[in-house]
Amino acid sequence: MKGKILGAACLFALATAVTAADEVRVYNWSDYIDEELLAKFEEETGLKLIYDVFDSNEVLETKMLAGGSGYDVVVPSGTFLQRQIAVGAFQKLDPTKLTNSANLWDVIEKRTARYDPGNEYSVNYMWGTTGLGVNVKRVAEVLGEDAPINSLDLIFKPENMARLASCGVHFLDAPAEVIPAALAYIGEDPDSHDPEVIAKVEPLLMAVRPHVQKFHSSEYINALANGDICVAFGWSGDILQARDRAAEADAGVEIVYHAPSEGALMWFDQMAIPVDAPNPEGAHTFLNFIMDAENMAQASNYVFYANGNLASQAFLVPDVIDDTAIYPDAATLENLYITTPYPAKVQRTVTRLWTRVKSGT
Amino acid sequence: MKRVVVALIPYLWLLGLFLVPFAIVLKISLSDVAMARPPYLPQFSWNEGIGAFLSQLDFENFTFLTTDDLYWKAYLSSLKIAATSTLLTLLIGYPIAYAMARTPEQWRATLMMLVILPFWTSFLIRVYSWMGILSQEGYLNQLLLGLGVISEPLILLNTKIAVYIGIVYTYIPFMILPIYAALHRLDNSLIEAAEDLGCSRAKAFWLVTVPLSRNGIVAGCFLVFIPTLGEFVIPSLLGGSGTLMIGKVLWEEFFNNRDWPVASAVAVVLVLILIIPIVLFQQNQQKQQEAES
Repeated sequence: MKGKILGAACLFALATAVTAADEVRVYNWSDYIDEELLAKFEEETGLKLIYDVFDSNEVLETKMLAGGSGYDVVVPSGTFLQRQIAVGAFQKLDPTKLTNSANLWDVIEKRTARYDPGNEYSVNYMWGTTGLGVNVKRVAEVLGEDAPINSLDLIFKPENMARLASCGVHFLDAPAEVIPAALAYIGEDPDSHDPEVIAKVEPLLMAVRPHVQKFHSSEYINALANGDICVAFGWSGDILQARDRAAEADAGVEIVYHAPSEGALMWFDQMAIPVDAPNPEGAHTFLNFIMDAENMAQASNYVFYANGNLASQAFLVPDVIDDTAIYPDAATLENLYITTPYPAKVQRTVTRLWTRVKSGT
Repeated sequence: MKRVVVALIPYLWLLGLFLVPFAIVLKISLSDVAMARPPYLPQFSWNEGIGAFLSQLDFENFTFLTTDDLYWKAYLSSLKIAATSTLLTLLIGYPIAYAMARTPEQWRATLMMLVILPFWTSFLIRVYSWMGILSQEGYLNQLLLGLGVISEPLILLNTKIAVYIGIVYTYIPFMILPIYAALHRLDNSLIEAAEDLGCSRAKAFWLVTVPLSRNGIVAGCFLVFIPTLGEFVIPSLLGGSGTLMIGKVLWEEFFNNRDWPVASAVAVVLVLILIIPIVLFQQNQQKQQEAES
């Protein structure tokens, strides 16, 4: 009996060893790639691709902290990447295997180096801003034609929110996105790590919270597109995807995205390879495949996010490269800020504040 | 010998699937949060020995739970939601079980089948379909608008009402089945006797049927109450921001704060709270068995 079990265990180990060599497991954000690219990758490389998705950095981070996630490529945002590098969750990239690295855009690399000095552990996948998605018609009905749809007044002025509540408002369920915006709105440093400064946004958020229908980080795409809600504070490309889904459905829903005039958070999603990746070789192949100018352009053309790949810009459709909501002009770029990770103590203050905001206790 | 082995198997399950994981969670709850992988210290190492390891553990995380009113409020709110849902499930489930037990024999198997049928679809998909039914542009609103019952779509999704609908819908088979089992065994001549002795139908129901189905009611209530208390999926999918439940607080400690030790402490307290109804349930089952034998 024991022999049998041992034999089975060996077979199992052998099976996993065999599959690891020709399998690449990628863990990326939901609604974040053109699925044709996945088929193309399998076709070109002969590797089997297993592609899973998540919708919050926290879920990914917990897997990275626990270890043994089984993924070869993961895509955390900058602030999370920085912390995960510090605990040793990732392995250094092998530049000799990334032959497409000449395509990368130094403007973005310079910014992502704040999180990953020298870009040793990660390559930018996409970047974007956090701002306001608006159902133009419904908001005009509720607030009038001159509604401040490009200003944080829309979501942080209680009288506006009280009226918008009738048509539905969603906020990202991500304190690291909403609190910096609230800080920017009251004229404080959005990247403040001072608990006393952060506490100043509490009255502001508490005043608008009763009018927020839901704090969620992915439902707003469909909700906006279907006309279930009229305002979302969310990620640029997600809102632009909602805009396109609404246009396709042709049910009279028109969505626009604005980076708030008070300043908007600029974030970076970085592809990295976990330290215990079963197939680092295949992971590099995947990274290099995505870093190809045409492939990267295809992804951006599909999801409406800007990327960190300069060479890809030649292949971007005008709807993407010429849209200042995706590739901001110089003036908007000036108005974007970035944030850095909270230390553990401050993180607890921030989470507690966020729980109070969401639940009222 | 063989008998001892067979009797041991359930205890091995209990040891492997409950006690060992619980011991691990308890151990983490006594550790300290740290920037590490996994994010807590101390981590056990054979070199240092068990004594040195144990000396680093403390109850700090449990005292921390008392310093913030969030935790007891969340426990209390979960208890309230679980109790209300149990009551609602009972009020809806009992008449269904009663009707099932009263239908002619040949129909009962079909009815039973209908109660169990939803389990053939994934629980998650069923909760998602409720989102489709309850949303502002959803089927329910369209139906009511079409019938002219309402003039403005109702906001149901992301409210407490949606949470209750989700919980009652999901757990109602657990209420119906034990009550049905009790009612189905009920001897009809007892009710006839009660009526012969001058009871009205309603009175006979209260004095005979309800007391005799008591065990089914108690079993159904526990089967609904216990999982509802720790419920996370239904409130997070159907509920709005105002639905405070301990499952959500646990999630935040674990994922947002990366504080596995405090998250584990919250979980340990939850298990302790659940032990009370579980022990009561166990006693009830035992009593029932004794009464039957």
